[in-house]
Amino acid sequence: MAEVLLQLNGISKSFPGVKANENISFEINSGEIHALLGENGAGKSTLVKMIYGLMQPDSGNMKLVSENFRPSEPSKARQSGIAMVFQHFSLFDALNVAENIALGMENPPKINDLSQKIETVSKSYGLPLDPKRLVGQLSAGERQRVEIIRCLLQNPKLLIMDEPTSVLTPNEVTTLFETLLRLKKEGKSILYISHKLEEIREICDFATILRNGEKVGSCTPKNTSAKKIGEMMVGKSFSSPSRKNRTFGEELIKVSNLSVHSKDFFGTSLSNINFSVRVGEILGIGGVAGNGQDEFLGALSGETKTSPKTITLLDRHIGHLRPNQRRELGLRAAPEERLGHAAAPAMSLVENTLMTSHSKDVIDKWGIINFKNISTKTSRIVSEFDVRTPTLDNTAASLSGGNLQKFVIGREILEKPKVFVVNQPTWGVDAAAAAFIRQSILNLASQKSAVIVISQDLDELFEICDTFAVLTNGYMSRIYELGHLSSEDVGLLMGGSDLDLDSHAQT
Amino acid sequence: MVVFGIDLVLLIPALMISATPVLLAAIGEAIVEKSGVLNLGVEGMMIIGAVIGFIIAVNTQIPIYGFLCAAIAGALLSIIFAVLTQFMMSNQVATGLGLTMVGLGLSALIGKPYEGIKSPTLTKFEIPFLSDIPILGPMFFSHDAIVYLSILVVAVVALIVNKTRWGLVLRAVGENQEAAHALGYKVVRIRFIAIMFGGAMAGLGGAYISLARVPQWTEGMTAGAGWIALALVVFASWKPWRVLIGAYLFGGITVLQLNLQAIGVAIPVEILSMSPYLVTIVVLVGISLFGHHTAPGSLARPFHASQ
Repeated sequence: MAEVLLQLNGISKSFPGVKANENISFEINSGEIHALLGENGAGKSTLVKMIYGLMQPDSGNMKLVSENFRPSEPSKARQSGIAMVFQHFSLFDALNVAENIALGMENPPKINDLSQKIETVSKSYGLPLDPKRLVGQLSAGERQRVEIIRCLLQNPKLLIMDEPTSVLTPNEVTTLFETLLRLKKEGKSILYISHKLEEIREICDFATILRNGEKVGSCTPKNTSAKKIGEMMVGKSFSSPSRKNRTFGEELIKVSNLSVHSKDFFGTSLSNINFSVRVGEILGIGGVAGNGQDEFLGALSGETKTSPKTITLLDRHIGHLRPNQRRELGLRAAPEERLGHAAAPAMSLVENTLMTSHSKDVIDKWGIINFKNISTKTSRIVSEFDVRTPTLDNTAASLSGGNLQKFVIGREILEKPKVFVVNQPTWGVDAAAAAFIRQSILNLASQKSAVIVISQDLDELFEICDTFAVLTNGYMSRIYELGHLSSEDVGLLMGGSDLDLDSHAQT
Repeated sequence: MVVFGIDLVLLIPALMISATPVLLAAIGEAIVEKSGVLNLGVEGMMIIGAVIGFIIAVNTQIPIYGFLCAAIAGALLSIIFAVLTQFMMSNQVATGLGLTMVGLGLSALIGKPYEGIKSPTLTKFEIPFLSDIPILGPMFFSHDAIVYLSILVVAVVALIVNKTRWGLVLRAVGENQEAAHALGYKVVRIRFIAIMFGGAMAGLGGAYISLARVPQWTEGMTAGAGWIALALVVFASWKPWRVLIGAYLFGGITVLQLNLQAIGVAIPVEILSMSPYLVTIVVLVGISLFGHHTAPGSLARPFHASQ
C-alpha cells in the first residue's frame, strides 16, 4: 500500500448554533483520488477549508507526511504542497489569466516569465490557455483550466477539487478526468469533492462520506452501488420522481425569430430562436451556463421586451408585454438566482409572495395590499411545498438554499401558470428537495400546463423532460424527443453540432 | 506665449497650482476605490487637512510641518471611516457623507481663532537648468515642492497599481473580495491601509489650499474640491494617469474662468463649475452604454469573512 500523505484525526469545528464537523478522521494516500461525498450542508466545505488553512479546527489534528500540520492561512497550506480548485469565487473577471494565476501563487515569477510557463505547462497537460486574455471572457471550462494550471504551477502534493464538474460539458469532463488520472500517475493525491455518484465511481479510488457534519462511512466506490452510496449520503431512501403518462395537446407558447442583444458585457446574445411547447409538455433546455440561459429566461419572463410577434401565448402576441402583464396571462418564470433575482433577500416570505402576485384578492383596486390574504397564500406555499421556516415573517435570506428554492417554485406553481419557465430548478439544492421540486414540475405539466426547464444538469433533464434542445453560444439547436437521444448525442449538441436525426425532430 | 489673448506662461502655472489639491485627493480616492471601498468623505478629510495644516504652519512657521500634520490628520479621520465600515459593517455611502459633515463642522470649530491670519507659504523650488528654459521653464519647472510631489505620487501610484504584486493584490481585493479572501488575502487589512492612504492624500490636498493656493483659513474653504476629486476618479475610470489629466482639465476651472472673462468670453462661472460633474455623468453613461468594464467589481460592497 502507498504511504499516507494526509491524516485527519478527530477534526471538529463548530459555528454558533451549528456543529459543522464532528470528530472526523480519515487518511489520504499519495497517488490516490479520494472522494469526499455528502449533501449540501454535510460539512464538506468546512472540512476542506481547514485543510487549506482558511479556518482552524476547534479540536483534532492533522498530519501531513507524518508531521503535524495546522495551516494558519492559505499561504502556509500552499507552502506545504496543498492546492485547491474552487467551485466559485476565486477568479477575477477584470484581470487576465496570468494575473489571476500570479495571485494564487506564493512566489510568482515575473509576469512575462509566468506567461511563458503558463503556455508550456497548459499545453503539456492538454489544457491550452492564452495568458493575456481577460478571465471574464472565458468559458466555464476555460476558467477551471486557469484554476487547475494555477495549482499545477506550484507542484502540489495534494490537489483539492470542489465540485469540479458542475459547470462542464460532457467533453470537458472527459478532458478533466484524463488530466486527473495523469496527475495520479505522477504520484499526486487528489481530494475530490462531489455529490455526483456516477463520476465518483468512475474515477475515485476511495470515498469518505459525510452527513450532518459527521463521517458516516467509507467505501471503495468502484465496488459499491450508486444506490448504496446515495443512501449513506442522504441517510434515508427517497423516491425518484414518477412521470404519469401525459398526452400533449394544443400549442401553448410559440417563440419565433427571437434575437436578443445582451446588455451585459460578459453576457451572450440570443440569435434567431424558434420553438413551441404544447399542453402537457416539458421542454428541457440543456447547455453550459453562460450560453444565453439568463437572456433566454429574461426574454420569456418579460424582463427583456421584444417585438410583439416573437412570443405568442395562446394566439396572443405578448413579446412587448411587461412581466406582470405576462403573469396575468398565465406565463410565469423562476430565474436561476434565488437570492436577489427570484426573491428579495431582506424581505419576508409574505412580502416575497406579493412580488409576483397581483390578483384582485391580494391588491384591491385602490392599490391597498390585503395582508390577510397574502399571508394565507404564503402559508399555503409553505405547507404544500414543505418550506421549512420558523415563521412567515422570516426573511428570504434566512432560509437555506433548498427551502428558498421550494418557496420560489411553489409561489409560481400555486398560481397555476399555463406556461412555466424555470432556470436551474435544483442548483445547489439537496437531493430530497431536488426530488420534490422535480415531482412538482411533473405534476404541473400533468395539469395541462406547458413547462420549460433550463438546466445544466443533464440527468435532471433526462429524468423529467419530454423534449430537449441545447443552447450554445446564444443559438438553440432543433428540438429532439428525449427518448431518442443518448448522452453522446447530447454532448455533440452541446459542442454546437447538429445531429442527423431528422426523423425524431419535432415538427 | 499668447493664445487667444491668454498668456499661457501665466495660465499654466496657475492651473497647476489650483489643480494640485484635487489631484492629491483624487489619486488617494482612486486607491481607496481600487480596493473596493467608496469613501464619500473626501471633502471632510480635505478640510480637516486644511485647518490642521494651517494651524501647525502658523504656530511653527514651517509650512512642511503643516503639510505633514495635515496628512496625518486626514489619515486619522479616515480611520473612523475605516473602523465603521470595515469592522462594524456600516453603510459606506452614509458613513462617507457623515464624515464630510463631521469634517466641515469640526474644522469650522477649531479654525475659528485662526481666521484672518496669513500663513507662511512655500518657497518656489526652481529646478536647476530646466527652469531656465524660456517659456517652458516658468510654465512647468518653477513650482513649489508639493506640486512636484503630487505628480510624483501619481507616477508612483501608477507604477505600484499596474506593475507590482502589491498593486495586483489591491486590484484583486477590489475586483472580487470573496475570491481574494478564498486565496488567503487579508481583505479588511488591505482596505484599511488603502483608506488611510486616501485620507492622508486628501489631508495633504486640503492643506495645499490653505497654505499655498489661498494662504489663509476661512470656514468651508475647500468649497467642493472633495466632490470634484470623487467625480474625477470616475472620469478617469480608476486609472492613475487619467486622474492627472482630469485634475488639470477640471481642477483649474476657476482660473480658466477668470482668464476667459478677461478676454471677454463670458461663460457663467456656474456652467464651468458644473463641468466636472457633467462630464462625469457623460463618462458614466458611456461606461454603461459601451460596456467597458472598468469599475472595481466589489466597489462599495460590504465584506465580512464569515462565509
